[in-house]
Amino acid sequence: MSSEKTIEHSEAAARFNKDVERVNWHDETLWFVREKRDKSAHQILDWELLRETASKIKNNVLSNIHDYLLEFEANAQKNGIIVHWAADAKGHNEIVHSIMAKHDVKQMVKSKSMLTEECHLNDYLAEKGIEVIDSDLGEYIVQLRKEPPSHIVLPAIHLKKEDVSETFHEHLGTEKGNIDPQYLTESARLSLRDTFLTRKVALTGVNFAIAETGEIVVCTNEGNADMGAHLADVHIACMGFEKLIPQRKHLGVFLRLLARSATGQPITTFSSHFKKPRDGKEIHIVIVDNGRSTQLGREDFRNSLKCIRCGACMNTCPVYRRSGGHSYHNAVAGPIGSILAPNLDMSKNADLPFASTLCGSCTNVCPVKIDIHDQLYKWRQVLVKEGHTPTVKTIAMKTMSTVLANPTIFNIAGKSGRFVMKNIPGLVNNKMNKWYDQREMPDVPEESFREWYKKNSREAKAKDNE
Amino acid sequence: MSSKEDILKKIKQNQPALMTELPDLNLLSSDNPDVFVTYKTVLKNIGGDPVEVANYDEIIHYIKSNYNLKKRIITTIPELSEIGSLDWTNDDPHSLQDVELNILKAHFGVAENSALWVTDDVLGQRVSPFIAQYLAIIVHKKDIIATMHQAYERIGNQEYGFGTFIAGPSKTADIEQSLVLGAHGARGLIVFLLD
Amino acid sequence: MKIGLFIPCYVDQFYPKVGIATYELLQKLGCEVHFPMGQTCCGQPMANSGYQYLTKGCDANFIANFAGFDYIVCPSGSCVLHVKEHLHDEKQEEVAAEMRKKVFELTEFITDILKVDSIDGNFPYRVGMHVSCHGQRGLKLSQMTELNAPFFSKPEQLLHNIKGLDLVSLSRKDECCGFGGTFCVTEEAVSVKMGQDRIKDHENHQVDYITGGDMSCLMHLEGILKRQKSPIKTIHIAEILNSLEN
Repeated sequence: MSSEKTIEHSEAAARFNKDVERVNWHDETLWFVREKRDKSAHQILDWELLRETASKIKNNVLSNIHDYLLEFEANAQKNGIIVHWAADAKGHNEIVHSIMAKHDVKQMVKSKSMLTEECHLNDYLAEKGIEVIDSDLGEYIVQLRKEPPSHIVLPAIHLKKEDVSETFHEHLGTEKGNIDPQYLTESARLSLRDTFLTRKVALTGVNFAIAETGEIVVCTNEGNADMGAHLADVHIACMGFEKLIPQRKHLGVFLRLLARSATGQPITTFSSHFKKPRDGKEIHIVIVDNGRSTQLGREDFRNSLKCIRCGACMNTCPVYRRSGGHSYHNAVAGPIGSILAPNLDMSKNADLPFASTLCGSCTNVCPVKIDIHDQLYKWRQVLVKEGHTPTVKTIAMKTMSTVLANPTIFNIAGKSGRFVMKNIPGLVNNKMNKWYDQREMPDVPEESFREWYKKNSREAKAKDNE
Repeated sequence: MSSKEDILKKIKQNQPALMTELPDLNLLSSDNPDVFVTYKTVLKNIGGDPVEVANYDEIIHYIKSNYNLKKRIITTIPELSEIGSLDWTNDDPHSLQDVELNILKAHFGVAENSALWVTDDVLGQRVSPFIAQYLAIIVHKKDIIATMHQAYERIGNQEYGFGTFIAGPSKTADIEQSLVLGAHGARGLIVFLLD
Repeated sequence: MKIGLFIPCYVDQFYPKVGIATYELLQKLGCEVHFPMGQTCCGQPMANSGYQYLTKGCDANFIANFAGFDYIVCPSGSCVLHVKEHLHDEKQEEVAAEMRKKVFELTEFITDILKVDSIDGNFPYRVGMHVSCHGQRGLKLSQMTELNAPFFSKPEQLLHNIKGLDLVSLSRKDECCGFGGTFCVTEEAVSVKMGQDRIKDHENHQVDYITGGDMSCLMHLEGILKRQKSPIKTIHIAEILNSLEN
């Protein structure tokens, strides 16, 4: 994962598109989730006001996050929770490992946490000889296949049941060729039940952390976070600091939005509020920065930190649906991933803000009203300024800008060969015209509009009649 | 400098001036003329089964006729001691692994999503609603409210170590978006709507 | 009312008939229309590629050509959106700001400024409307399916009185076609796939024509249709609205 060479989005997407049937299926399946989201959202009369309210709460958080964090920590400690702070991924992984080491435990059961994906915790712990089992069914599947999740809510959405069947046959000994989802899920249930019953440490993510009460909320449909946490001696919950919300009552807003935006469900099956550890047990919360405070300082991009990880922008994104989550080579894929990733590593992720048509659908479905497509546009400007675009593209753009700023040259260039179409960057870099691979060029008309206008406009005709 | 100080210092430097005050949640409408009908409809849609009952005897009768009493049934409700054991709340939670049915009582239910609010004091053990094969939750009809906003008004500053909203049985659609009930938690959820 | 006709560079060069239809239509609607000959391009191809800093020359040229008109009208939502959002001039920022407010996409200009509800015409075909993202989500020319808000569509409204026109209801009403400016070549695989899928939706509804307010989307779709040797044709909405013979 982290050590592999990054393949650019466009290239990975081109590979993904080689299997047309698979792309169609991927697109239709995610579009179905988008439609479920629409149906669910449209049943809430004041849905748009709800989004606006959530956005305001999160904006308020961004400008008070320092104080809310201190309030949260103090309250969590009062509740008997142990709070840790990690400046980066390395710090986060070390803290988690130190808790494991303190308890002399070598096995962990983990529920879905995109933060631990971001920090590559599993790899780190594996090196330390600690076995991690992911308990969310989708994550469990991709973990067995040694793949990263391709979607933050639907980790195995890139796979078909035949793939899962093969994986389970190999690792769990299920019947070869049995592709019944019910059967496959039941097999995973049995296997993971044993895991839940034997693990002393459980790690979960955090959906919301409430400053006012020091509690955290974890949402799942499967109940896997709870099965892990309530059976273990130690519950470690990892959160990016932007997960904070001010008050308990604000959960009313976010829990109404989260699942409806994610899958169209009215709420996740379980919305669990962890406030105090069980008697004699421990809850640890690891608050992680890992670039978030830098993003907070980027005026144009800070409100990406409002994200509640519903995945709606991925489901609606026509590019994501047709390129697959892995093409984004980042823990969080899709439109939101493309505005978060450059903050983590500009050079490695310079391709992502360009993996969009800027259609704006992402912004419209976002439950906290992040201006995702505008930020994609703005990241492009930053990446160009910081020198993360190919020189050949810059040269082409400079030529274009000179011609387009000068009507005389433009008219000559236009006449001699339809300037703009021939100079769309990318063309000049390829011997083959990428437009022409699967599309025809438009016919060249006898005269341009301006040539026609010179002869046929009202003024021209009036002159003729003089 | 410690990580905490370091992070907080950077945040203080980078966080914007106040963008907005906290919004008024009262503007969000909570009207629902028939919360009870909505509750039942939503519950059915997400895979739960609503059962209307007049009293505990009817619940006992229902359980007797629909579940195998030879399997392990637990509850925290003294009125149901005839069908479920009450003496498990101080046991090792792992010992609940063979529970077939757990019968609980919720503080209230929410019509818009059919979620039921339960906390430590009614759970017996935190893991109990997750580890049982099947789950039955009792809620008084008068305790059905319209939306999550009212839910949190009702919870207010309620003290608890753990609380959760439960909406329907445990589920997953991680294999090709095919819905399967009973991912890790309960395979089925009955909600007894009590007069 | 003095109108500056803003014709996108690729329309000027490849689709003069769209410029002609726009010009004639606005005149029929009683406008005094002028096409400033020095206009080139709004600069969007560069800006969307991350080179907004190189568009100052384009901006200055745009302002030089279009200052002094009551309104600037253009048969492309995308180009209008770019001007509305990004036209600047350090030397005369007030003029730029004023022009950002005066630039309109053709159909919204007809409904909102000319206050014309619908236009008579004749186009006896089955037609699918391809809603361009910049026109719809950027300029709000029509309601977006993501939002919980009442339906409206300025372009569709204008088509109500076109005789014989049978407007189909697509399965995905406002999915992007995949053109996306330089995206169409830098992400060629996804771009073409999106275009093919958009066409499939129209095909499934047996259309004769795909229309829309942005020739760039239509050029992309036309390119794929021609390669597929499809009988489906593309036509800019200005051409349909200008179908009534004088």
